[in-house]
Amino acid sequence: MADSSVAHAHETHGHESDQHLWDGGKEPMKASYGKLMMWYFLVSDAFTFAGFLIAYGALRFSSPTWPEADFVFASFPFVKAHWPLVFVTFMTFVLIASSVTMVRAVQEGHRENRRGVVFWMFCTILGGATFLGSQAYEWTTLIKYENVSVTRNPFGRYIADGELVDVSGKPVMENGAPLTVKKDDSYLLHGHEHNGEVELEKKYIKYTSGPYAGQTHEVAQGPRAFGALFFFITGFHGFHVFSGVLFLTIIMINAMSGLYAARKNGYEMVEKIGLYWHFVDLVWVFVFLVFYLL
Amino acid sequence: MAGHQSYEDQKKLVIYGLKLLGAITIVEVFFALFAKGHIIPSVTFGKDGGFGQYIYMLAMVGASLYKAYFIVFFFMHMAHEVRGLVLSVLLPTTLLIWAIIAFFQEGSRWGASREHIKQKNEEVVQPAPAGQPQGYILPVINKG
Repeated sequence: MADSSVAHAHETHGHESDQHLWDGGKEPMKASYGKLMMWYFLVSDAFTFAGFLIAYGALRFSSPTWPEADFVFASFPFVKAHWPLVFVTFMTFVLIASSVTMVRAVQEGHRENRRGVVFWMFCTILGGATFLGSQAYEWTTLIKYENVSVTRNPFGRYIADGELVDVSGKPVMENGAPLTVKKDDSYLLHGHEHNGEVELEKKYIKYTSGPYAGQTHEVAQGPRAFGALFFFITGFHGFHVFSGVLFLTIIMINAMSGLYAARKNGYEMVEKIGLYWHFVDLVWVFVFLVFYLL
Repeated sequence: MAGHQSYEDQKKLVIYGLKLLGAITIVEVFFALFAKGHIIPSVTFGKDGGFGQYIYMLAMVGASLYKAYFIVFFFMHMAHEVRGLVLSVLLPTTLLIWAIIAFFQEGSRWGASREHIKQKNEEVVQPAPAGQPQGYILPVINKG
């Protein structure tokens, strides 16, 4: 008797709460619709980036050699020096710092502190803009001074030991001795402009080891996919940063105007763009890993 | 949501995150330069293709995954979301494990095939001795 009444009460209760769910207004994952959709957008975006980075890995695995990151990425603004990975480490710090200021903006939003939100969002925008400027510098160096393009890659590594020779087969001398190179040494074929087109210098190598020992070959361009992969992937990430900066600016202006204060929902819009901004930082962690560290 | 901690705790977490992510990045870059012979020229285990390079790569991937975990769970507050949301975001990404294995395997095969074709193209074929039959010799079917 008691059992059945409990079961009955349960059923009624269950029915009522179901009805309530159908009426809307309940958040099944305790996150608002907008926040939830931002998460799922980020999941799909993560798959896009993963697809790109895995393509990079597959092409790299398919190549006998691959340009060395610490040789390719070694320039620094205003300094004529070979500082491997230093500038890109700076870029990484800028992005981490902008992520941290974004967390602060979200926290101030929860406290409904309009001035705090605007201040920290402004810092985040500065960080994003600095990152974009740094990337512009990096791209300029590669495109203008090192002649990398989506189809051309002057960066490579020798596949075997050898000595450099000129076109007639005479050894290239350096400090009175023939210039020798070792397997896996990096090279950059310098280019010059000729009739409006970039022409790469011609270098020749007489191999002293490996399958071509004794033969003289022209030093070829490095794997061509390198340039395309670099520009597409860092470009796609840079475009995310760029659109992030745009949205941050719009939302900062809205916050300034008091729009979100009137909504009284803890500046949820700031939280949503925050999710996006952290994701951009997250992707950079992996772009940094595959392009510069591995 | 970040309603679970006091404001002071939240601010502390932010400073901690900045220090942690910065420190990991510095260690990563320093280790990369060390492993590739920029600090001690004779140390090159990070690029010589041997066992040391695998260890180096694994360490780098591990450090990056930890940074990713920290960003997602503390900066993006995943640690404070309900279980259903966490799983619906994180579980699909495990599909990528297979994508990585499959495509890297595929990539190595492209390389191996290309190398094979190159070798075949460079192979010097000895001309058949004069007077010998050339081409395919059909098997003689014994009708006896």
